[in-house]
Amino acid sequence: MPDAKTKIALELNGEPVEVAFAPHKTLLEVLREDVGLTGTKHGCELGECGTCAVLVDGKPVLSCLVLGLACAGHRVKTVEGMAEGGTLHPLQDAFAELGAAQCGYCTPAFLLAAEALLDENPRPTRDEIKQALSGNLCRCTGYLKIYEAVELAAARMRGEQAEPARETLYGYP
Amino acid sequence: MGTRRKQPAALRVVGKAIRKVDATAKVTGVTRFADDLFLPRMLYAKLLRSPHPHARITGIDISQARALPGVKAVLTGRDLPIPFGILPVSQDEHALALDKVRFVGDPVAGVAAASEEIATAALDLIEVRYESLRPITDAEDAIAHPEPRIHDYGDGGNLHKLVNLEFGDVAEGFAAADLVREDLLFFEGSTHLPMEQHAAVADWSPLPDGKLTLWSSTQTPHYVHRALAKVLELAPAKIRVVATPNGGGFGGKSDPFSHEIVVAKLAMLTGRPVKITLTREEVFYCHRGRHPTLMWVKTGVKKDGAITAMHFKSLLDGGGYGSYGVASTYYTGALQTVTYHVPRYKFQGARAFTNKPPCGPKRGHGTPQPRFALEVQLDKIAEQLGMDPAELRLKHLVPANSLTANWLKIGSMGLGECIRKVVDGSGWKEKFRKLPPGQGIGLACSSYITGAGLPIYWNPLPHSGVQLKCDRGGGVTVFCGSTEIGQGSDSILAVLAAEVLGLDPFDIAVVTGDTDLTPVDLGSYSSRVTLMTGNACIQAAERARDVIASHAARKLDLPVERLAFADRRVFDVADPAHGLAFAEAVQLAEAAEGTIGTVGSYTPAPSPGKYRGAGVGPSPAYSYSACVARVDVDPASGIVRVPRVWIAHDVGRSINAATVMGQIEGSVYMGLGEALMEEMAYRGNRNVVHKIPSLLEYKSPTTLEMCDIVTYVVEDPDPNGPFGAKECGQGPLLPLPPAVANAVYDAVGVRIDEVPITPEKVFKALRRKEKGEEPRFGPTQFPDIAWPEPTRVAPPWEGGDGRAVEAGQGRSMADEPARARRR
Repeated sequence: MPDAKTKIALELNGEPVEVAFAPHKTLLEVLREDVGLTGTKHGCELGECGTCAVLVDGKPVLSCLVLGLACAGHRVKTVEGMAEGGTLHPLQDAFAELGAAQCGYCTPAFLLAAEALLDENPRPTRDEIKQALSGNLCRCTGYLKIYEAVELAAARMRGEQAEPARETLYGYP
Repeated sequence: MGTRRKQPAALRVVGKAIRKVDATAKVTGVTRFADDLFLPRMLYAKLLRSPHPHARITGIDISQARALPGVKAVLTGRDLPIPFGILPVSQDEHALALDKVRFVGDPVAGVAAASEEIATAALDLIEVRYESLRPITDAEDAIAHPEPRIHDYGDGGNLHKLVNLEFGDVAEGFAAADLVREDLLFFEGSTHLPMEQHAAVADWSPLPDGKLTLWSSTQTPHYVHRALAKVLELAPAKIRVVATPNGGGFGGKSDPFSHEIVVAKLAMLTGRPVKITLTREEVFYCHRGRHPTLMWVKTGVKKDGAITAMHFKSLLDGGGYGSYGVASTYYTGALQTVTYHVPRYKFQGARAFTNKPPCGPKRGHGTPQPRFALEVQLDKIAEQLGMDPAELRLKHLVPANSLTANWLKIGSMGLGECIRKVVDGSGWKEKFRKLPPGQGIGLACSSYITGAGLPIYWNPLPHSGVQLKCDRGGGVTVFCGSTEIGQGSDSILAVLAAEVLGLDPFDIAVVTGDTDLTPVDLGSYSSRVTLMTGNACIQAAERARDVIASHAARKLDLPVERLAFADRRVFDVADPAHGLAFAEAVQLAEAAEGTIGTVGSYTPAPSPGKYRGAGVGPSPAYSYSACVARVDVDPASGIVRVPRVWIAHDVGRSINAATVMGQIEGSVYMGLGEALMEEMAYRGNRNVVHKIPSLLEYKSPTTLEMCDIVTYVVEDPDPNGPFGAKECGQGPLLPLPPAVANAVYDAVGVRIDEVPITPEKVFKALRRKEKGEEPRFGPTQFPDIAWPEPTRVAPPWEGGDGRAVEAGQGRSMADEPARARRR
């Protein structure tokens, strides 16, 4: 009954790896079930919610719509690859600081989509952030803390001494 | 309860914006949700669901499925014949349908197999013979067609529950009014749509252990524990339920579910771990979301807007099962009285069974619908009286520390401050009725409970318990049955323990939601967690502090009253340099007394209402919100956009400021979705097949539809809350739909008395306006219902004592406490 496994080589979170899996599996399934990286989540497995987004060659893709086989020879990055040297990525740090992760289920995909945005555009406007994240659904936050966290992280990644606005954390007086 | 504590001179941790204790795990993808659990030898389960809305099962043949290689077990209703349900009065569900299916998606059989693919293939091999019954499509259809009955219990025919309560003589009140308005409104059903699909993993430790462990994305592990014990006929001590962190709940994971019981049984039968993860489509079938509710409201007012009487009728479309529906029905009538003074009040509520996924508690549970009706009607009343809607509301606020007509006890009441904040912040006075055509501004207010005053099943036990352990290294662990669903409840425990013991929140380890390890907390529902676990945690922490302080005082040669706990030290308030490290103080206490562990618990005070039906509505504290929404309406298309919302919320006291902001913003978001687009729509087969069980077609706001929010946190501390805290996770949703509806009227002069306010509805109302017809879209009639005799209760100001003066004649399935107590 089970399909014979196929083996591919790819770069996963900066390291070369070989993975064997049933050839019909999506990248989402390969990551979660064959590699054990469960940080990548799923909300629909139909490409509708953005929850499973990972970076392939630096671009956000929906891992539920990509075959694992198609990733042979490519660079794949998941949320597990964001923190380096025991320190959070500035985006992760800002999300944690502002409460941009509530239940945390959509968070890995938002973080990676935001990383791809900042990679291309280190100084995005609010509208550019909204556009870049419009494929990702979040039911907890109302997105505001996510925008503010991306802006805070972007400023820090540009080397600025940025702190969250008082209204962000405490509301308006 | 009522252990009273000294307020510390200055709060060190409470009220600050801190990272949540689980924030790092969540941003690194380390948090283990239920579907992230993989156990050795694990099997995968799938459920076969009914394709019929209403049918008798005349036969099931599972032989072919069972013979499929890789299939380990197949279950049908006969294997799990004991009914269950969240409410003691509505034990009407079976893990798998026994004789009858009641909606498209009702589970009929369960399979465990070596892989999800095999389990799915096995479902196709199960043959079920159905005999179709006429489906009941909506609440009005249920009234018109008492037969065929969906359930053989309830208040007659296909009516599940009828409520009739009267507090004072409303006829007299209407006679004394200068203006009486009657309005009809409809609030469409919507669903929670958590990003995480429900999942559960069961594991069975073989006999003679015979112990079951269930990990599940549930908001209510305690109730799941009880349901498993009942249906599986296991001693509760032989069951461990672990609530994994929920990837969003919003009320949708508050019932014990079929899939939880089925995987448990499959694990017991196969002796192997079994996992199930629902598809997104199945999550739509689990539902338990907002009840579609038709409402009729008649309100009498004096010329100054003072309400003389209110009569409110609601008709709820309950779907195929009871769920929380009896409570939901009462909630559509409970909180009308807690914002503006209503001296006489009558409520009639009905819930119908229909052949659709069951409705239940969604954020705001039963109260966003009546709040929509009430706040839209007040807007119309203000216009008729020539009053500013904000001024009208401000003039007639319920006073703090008072009783309402239906005997709810109001404590702190910050609504006036909330209204002033949003009116000033939004520039209301310069904008209302003064914006250019197509632009509008609208105001609405609301209130919500901070925890239900009564438990779901009658018992005299605490609603929340905490155990606290002090480690000799200076760390502290808090154990509590509460469930982290993203709202930040784990962090609340850490902040409060840290505040009392003078530690940093990150010195506190938190263990929650595990029936083996943690004392019972009833669950993450009814906005109860911060107040109830918070009070329990403070009590446990204060007891630990007292033990530690007595030994530290001896060592420091000081009276206990002189000691302060702060900055991980215990010291002399008069001479802060004279003190001990907290860890050293713990060691002194431990050396003298042994392991330092304490407990705390919380039970709400009894509520003053003693009539049947008084069990829904009482709460230790009520939160308040005021909202102003700005809208742009395109008259050519009817499309409504909301660029900005101003929201003020009286949270009593902010425990973690960042979390409060997140809850308020998230509530505004979900309220906006309900105002503009979210709906559980049905089609086909007599309108009972879910039209859009997918995330693409069920419209919810993306980043492109979400509005800007200007948030004001108002703090009017309530004596019942931990450091004065009240809820903030549900209440701020409530004013959104009416604020948007009122703003649409301000923009284009049409009343949309129905949510969601879709372009089609606005467009139709605008066409009617052009043709000189009533410029309105909304329902036009409320069906006749054979109400039982009312339960009459005199309001407090008419000399009542909270009891009914004349017992109702109607059958009362739900009259929870009184009835359940007899069991």
